[in-house]
Amino acid sequence: MNRETAFNLVLAAVLLAAPVIAFAANEPFYVALATRIAILALAAAGLNLALGFGGLVSFGHAAFFGIGGYVAGIFASHAMYSEPLPFGLPATDQMPVIWLVAALLCALAALPIGAISLRTTGVYFIMITLAFAQMIYYFAISWPAYGGEDGLSIPVRNSFVGLNTANALHFFLICYAVLMAALALTWRIRDSRFGMALQAARQNEVRLAAVGIRPFRIRLTAFVLSAVLTGLAGALFADLNRFASPSMMSWHMSGELIVLVILGGTGRLFGPVAGAILYVLLEYALGGMTERWQLFLGLILLGVVLFARGGVVGLVAGKARYD
Amino acid sequence: MTLLEVSGIETFYGKSQALFGVELEVEEGEVVTLMGRNGMGKTTTIRSICGLNRPRTGRIAFAGTDLSRLPPHRIAQLGIGLVPEGRRCFPNLTVRENLIVSARPGKWTLDSVEALFPRLGERFGQYANTLSGGEQQMLAIGRALMTNPRLVILDEATEGLAPVIRDDIWAAIAKLKREGEAILLVDKTIDEILAVADRCVVLEKGKTVWRGKPGEFAADLQNRYLGL
Repeated sequence: MNRETAFNLVLAAVLLAAPVIAFAANEPFYVALATRIAILALAAAGLNLALGFGGLVSFGHAAFFGIGGYVAGIFASHAMYSEPLPFGLPATDQMPVIWLVAALLCALAALPIGAISLRTTGVYFIMITLAFAQMIYYFAISWPAYGGEDGLSIPVRNSFVGLNTANALHFFLICYAVLMAALALTWRIRDSRFGMALQAARQNEVRLAAVGIRPFRIRLTAFVLSAVLTGLAGALFADLNRFASPSMMSWHMSGELIVLVILGGTGRLFGPVAGAILYVLLEYALGGMTERWQLFLGLILLGVVLFARGGVVGLVAGKARYD
Repeated sequence: MTLLEVSGIETFYGKSQALFGVELEVEEGEVVTLMGRNGMGKTTTIRSICGLNRPRTGRIAFAGTDLSRLPPHRIAQLGIGLVPEGRRCFPNLTVRENLIVSARPGKWTLDSVEALFPRLGERFGQYANTLSGGEQQMLAIGRALMTNPRLVILDEATEGLAPVIRDDIWAAIAKLKREGEAILLVDKTIDEILAVADRCVVLEKGKTVWRGKPGEFAADLQNRYLGL
């Protein structure tokens, strides 16, 4: 076993053990904190697929995070009052159905956004993904049916067969399982021919075309998959907070996801997990001391970018293939 | 049937014209070499064939298909395997990954590439950026072969390599020829080229100025066109 695998296993074990112990000690706050970590790690794992492996610096992933959140919120509010959804679809509070719908909607949104954005590169790609996300953000703000600027509250958390989602530990385990499934998928993708081509496209797209692979399709697929994972995280995030807010779609959120990926280690399988743990713990520890905690986050990020470009995972496990 | 047919192409880089009418054919199973001094348009001709620089006029056909409107990846899929100048591997992939990422079914597999270049086989798990120059060249050739092309294009395959590695590469090229691969070859080491080529094409100032058999490429012609 190499060091990175060992570190990944430690991260997975710690993230699982901490809330179980906290729950046993009757400290639900820490369970919620771990749930927040798992969900943000899932969102960042989605972004990592595009940014880490594909080199696609999307500054608009908050849009997918928010779409997922609103799907959870809209389903919950309709199910609450037993109102059918638009197009006469039956409302349900079952998470798997909500996830499926969130995934489909994110894929549907990511397809045209990706198809247009991927015609540009570099700073233009960053700006065009930001522009799309801001469009969706302002749409959510000006949509009074679902709360507009005030957001949409979820009176009762959506449910999952066989589990009590109101129980903090049960809900954590759901989020953890989805995160692990997403990481397993990322791992399979990374080592598949598709993943190799994606990484080759990041390196040099002309060279890839010259061996007969069209970079555009590979990147678009990665972008859509990435959006779907981030969207799933959004649905869970709204359920965690019992609230879907337009701020989930704001550009701050997109920036936060990029920060998570960079902190943890760009293009490293467990980078998003390491990044989310560090971020949430800093937010908790420094946020308790000062409201201006992001100043310190900024300093840490500066340190990572200057001295530890592989992020936390790079610092612990050394350089990987991706540098 | 003529595999590759290039007639009268003129290619530009922005406003400056690089090719002024290149004529070139490669038949099935034939090794054709493209010669000329530096800056005469050899690499531009190859880039034009592969769709990386579109010719403004002229015609390029591969196995009867007109290439002029096809994007580079479609041209590669038709069966042109390019080994670009300067050994362009994917540095962030391992040797094995470099080989299989673009592999297409056919007689060239990991095993047959390993048989051609045993040194690569020893380094399958290594990242391409840790290979020596000669090994990277072998990898670039192997990667092109793994797409099971009908025509292999080698651009300056032995440039800047140690003499002993050059010999390995030339031995591999000779082996490819014996196995019936069609090859379009650009290189500057005249003795090895003439030994392996079936036909020669000489470019001067972006134009085809001489075509013939290696045996006919006499010393005075070499002097005139290549400055040897």
